Amino acid sequence: MNGEPVNVGPVIEGPVIEGPAQAGGAQLPAGRDRQATVLRLGCLAVLLVIAAIFPLVITNALYTQFAVDTMIYVGAVAAWNLFSGYTGYISLGNAVFFGTGAYTVGLLTKQWKLPGGDIFALLPLGGLVAALVAVPLGLVALRVRRHTFVVITIAFFFIFQLLAFNLSFTGGNQGVSSPFFLWSAADYNNPFYYVGLIIAVATISLSWLIRNSRFGLQLLAIRDDEDRARGLGVRTMRTKLTAFVISAGITGMIGGLWWFFIGQALPETAFDPLFDLTVALMAFLGGFGTLAGPVLGALILEPLQQWIGITFTNGYTSDIVLGGLFLAVILFMPRGLVPTGAEFVTKWRVAQARRREAAPGGSAPGGSAPGGSAPPGSPTLGRTGSPGAGTPGASTPGASTPSTGTPSTGGVR
Amino acid sequence: MGRELSEAIVDGILGGSVYALMAVGLTLIFGVLDIINIAQGILVVLGAYLSYVLSVHLHIDLFAGLLVTVPAMFIIGVAIQWAFIRPLRGRERTSMSLLATYAVAIIIEGILYIIFGSNYVNLNASYVTEGPKIFGFYLDYIYIYGFLMALLLVLAIYFTLYRTPFGRSVRATMQDQTAARIVGISVNRVQALTFGIGVAVTAAGGMVFGATSGGFNPNTGYDLISRLLAIIILGGLGSIGGAMIAAIFMITLEGVVDVVWSPSWSVVVFYGALVLVLAFRPQGLLGRKAARAQ
Repeated sequence: MNGEPVNVGPVIEGPVIEGPAQAGGAQLPAGRDRQATVLRLGCLAVLLVIAAIFPLVITNALYTQFAVDTMIYVGAVAAWNLFSGYTGYISLGNAVFFGTGAYTVGLLTKQWKLPGGDIFALLPLGGLVAALVAVPLGLVALRVRRHTFVVITIAFFFIFQLLAFNLSFTGGNQGVSSPFFLWSAADYNNPFYYVGLIIAVATISLSWLIRNSRFGLQLLAIRDDEDRARGLGVRTMRTKLTAFVISAGITGMIGGLWWFFIGQALPETAFDPLFDLTVALMAFLGGFGTLAGPVLGALILEPLQQWIGITFTNGYTSDIVLGGLFLAVILFMPRGLVPTGAEFVTKWRVAQARRREAAPGGSAPGGSAPGGSAPPGSPTLGRTGSPGAGTPGASTPGASTPSTGTPSTGGVR
Repeated sequence: MGRELSEAIVDGILGGSVYALMAVGLTLIFGVLDIINIAQGILVVLGAYLSYVLSVHLHIDLFAGLLVTVPAMFIIGVAIQWAFIRPLRGRERTSMSLLATYAVAIIIEGILYIIFGSNYVNLNASYVTEGPKIFGFYLDYIYIYGFLMALLLVLAIYFTLYRTPFGRSVRATMQDQTAARIVGISVNRVQALTFGIGVAVTAAGGMVFGATSGGFNPNTGYDLISRLLAIIILGGLGSIGGAMIAAIFMITLEGVVDVVWSPSWSVVVFYGALVLVLAFRPQGLLGRKAARAQ
């Protein structure tokens, strides 16, 4: 049972039980931590700048097209993670909302005969319709156990795909095509890219806000033990449904964007089973339920998928390569890149600290007692992730602070 | 209409029994290993292709060929469990198993595409296209033979589960893994064998499916797995009796809607029925009521 995620213990036991006032209270105000925060914010800023200037520097239409696809997936995965990652209810039916958004925006554009340009104003409407659709679906699907939930979402997915085929106003298997846009061919992809970037950044920010709010803690409590969460006063159904609807709304907006970008929504591409699975895979690759993990997963997997598609022109070979990759991740990095990476960094720091303490500890026997007792405590903390419960380390606060702070923040990211 | 309706009902019950066989394998795997085997659909197709190779290239009768394909699928199942399921550990094990078996499914699908291409093929034999006339329509022998075979195999599984020492250890593992381990049951062995059995029945189910479905290709696996999942959820996860009832009910329902309404809506009704039942009975027809946290 060493595989328990490091983040959960401190987060739940801190604010939920002791008092909601100090959300995110697991962080210790050590200098090392502040340094890490500054470093992290710096990295984030650099990443944002790179993302913002990407299409200005790299103007090759093929690459910017990949970039738009990647942005679409980053947003979609962040939205998926906001519900599935935080509550542990794996949804394999988010394509329902993706397709609903795409069809809503598409049919409205057609109905109102909108010209190109300000069409992006329709996206919130697509999101709204997808969110409204999510309410009854959630009311049915969220009553059941987790395993069953997965299958119900698959069932919803099939129902919606077939409705798109069969209903009179959806255009059947012709789908809905988008109008031509009049902006220049050279930077045709840029508007899509920036809208995608805005949605993705907004979703990630929302995800972060939720993670650090009372609502987010309730979601995580549900993920850990739903019955106990209810016992502690979390209104589980309402909480789950809210997250489900938010996630659906964002996915709907992204679906609308995708429709403008691709130019046509067919029942089998707007409601695509591969979309569901790809999103889940990206989240698991990066780190299920973490904030940065799913985004990282999308940033790695979507370009990789495109690259595999180009390299192995035989579509079946690329499927096999993708499946093999998939299995390798699950078998060798079951918790995903971010938690595994954080663990690695923690271990490395602990080893460093031990080495640093070992050198003076050998020459000065008087001071070695507190310093020497910290390292055995720290690795334990790194693995079990309960800083308060570390018995040997707790008696030596000075020596153990850096290493206790690291696992908790590393997991919370 | 009356003749078509009775044909739909008879075909549904007989064809549903084959789905029941495949679903029993899937629900057994869930009950013992606590994982959902997404690859079950493509394994059915693989079983059908094995029968296809034996009958077309080696001219072995479809039913005689099962003597080869069932053990072969058993070995494949044990190998998959050993390589990809057993290493999974921890809290997200069930979710990870979904992804792992899905990956296995894509790999098998890709290999099948490379070997067989995307053309639809069909299993053929004299009894696939001939049969007696009842209620005013011709019922092909394959439906009758398939029904009898499915019945026999499900009975064999039941007998194994409830009348043999191995079956007792399987049921013990289903109820409580830790306790089963404490009383000396080799849970790993039970899990491997159960996965093997659950996959082996797909060879038999796949053969009948390949002969009655009117053509299959590697992509058929997706359609199959979504139906099988719907069936085992409707019946109640881990419940063998529930899986059988649900399979026959769903396949018959689909066939009847096909006739009385329209083929394009039958699949919507199929999944709609699942959602409707679960709205009132979240644990499925014969499912045990369990804590949600699981």
